[in-house]
Amino acid sequence: MNDRLIVIGGSSGSLDPVMKILGLLRPGFSIPIIIIMHRGADSDDSLAQVLQSRTKLVVKDAEEKESTRPGFVYTAPADYHVLVENDHSLSLDVSEKVNYSRPSIDVTFESAALVYREKLTCIILSGANADGASASAYAEEMGANIIVQDPVTAGVSFMPERALAVLKNANVLGVEKIAEWLNGL
Amino acid sequence: MTGNFRLEQEELEELLNLLVEKYGYDFTLYSRASLYRRIMSAAVRGKFSDFTSLKLRLVTDPAYFYNFVEEITVNVTEMFRDPQFYKMLREKIIPILATYPLIRIWHAGCSTGEEVYSMAILLKEAGLLHKSILYATDLNQSVIESARSGIFNIGTMQRNSENYIASGGKADFSTYYRANYNLVKFDESLSARMVFSMHNLVSDASFNEFQLIMCRNVLIYFEKPLQSKVLELFDKSMDTLGFLALGSKESLKFSTIAHLYSAVDAKEKIWRRKK
Repeated sequence: MNDRLIVIGGSSGSLDPVMKILGLLRPGFSIPIIIIMHRGADSDDSLAQVLQSRTKLVVKDAEEKESTRPGFVYTAPADYHVLVENDHSLSLDVSEKVNYSRPSIDVTFESAALVYREKLTCIILSGANADGASASAYAEEMGANIIVQDPVTAGVSFMPERALAVLKNANVLGVEKIAEWLNGL
Repeated sequence: MTGNFRLEQEELEELLNLLVEKYGYDFTLYSRASLYRRIMSAAVRGKFSDFTSLKLRLVTDPAYFYNFVEEITVNVTEMFRDPQFYKMLREKIIPILATYPLIRIWHAGCSTGEEVYSMAILLKEAGLLHKSILYATDLNQSVIESARSGIFNIGTMQRNSENYIASGGKADFSTYYRANYNLVKFDESLSARMVFSMHNLVSDASFNEFQLIMCRNVLIYFEKPLQSKVLELFDKSMDTLGFLALGSKESLKFSTIAHLYSAVDAKEKIWRRKK
């Protein structure tokens, strides 16, 4: 089992920072990463393909009951929430939208925080929605590290700002610094 | 999220065991992450301040228990959800079902009935509804009553209609229902061919044989051993050469019945029994 997990959440304006961060991770980076990006319910799995072009890590849509593995990046499938189980496997869920979103960042942050606690890193990127703020505060309470993209550098600053309004000890970083921080884990 | 109590893991397990003992409803093989989240939301909505008060209410108030079961199970659905799946049914599966003198279909985990009404519309358009029986089951009595009524919120009809068209539907979707203020009631010629019943996939047995079993977005809430058990139940309930349809992220792969089935359409998650 992996003892750490990284969950990245973003909405509009987050594709570019996600691609940059993945591209800047050091070779052999082994902590599993889950990416929750808001996308249309009918979109296919091209997000994983787009991200794959930027990294040597393996990028794929999360499958239900799939164990998280070192060196893998999991994208939330369109129209499904992604949850983390005690045995570090992933579950999918089509329950109600949260913050008008499915996948919802809050849902994944919260369930990951319950399992990983201080071994979890949550990252909030650009977005025009408050999703992720509430559960990042909960994850912080559970001991997780929270990184928020510096709103000044975000394409849409609303999501990082909403998170910062409820967080106590967030690391506010630009995109390059986020990658640097992760490389130091 | 803060200010409310949170169940500890051991308390969750204690609660699940209690529900089996008191009511015979077994959630112990449900995937924990989703179940935990839904139990916590139900506890917040019920304004419980601690585990003991939640437990006491569940044990002493059966009406609350049944309401609780509805809250902790997922009942989100829409008509013609994943239109490409219904297009596949329309073009590839229904023409085969048409060859049977009586078509029996089981919607396992039918929730509020959107899927079974969608199926009835497909069969009606293929001229087969009169010789079809649609069995729709769920573990929640209240959603079954809702499905049986054929009454839906008018607000969902635009999305349903878009899905219907995307699935290859040619009619005006609104001809299938009558609107009254904010509700619509679907034509009784559709529900006349439906049989609604309570059935718990965890604990109840096979009750008939079917040429098509639909169980979409139910198995994702179960742990692997329960998924296998339910797939075996479906296999026992399957007619020779019958079809099994699962949700877009579910699979027969790696299950104990996988070798008995071949994929009709891997992307749309339809399998057929080999013999």
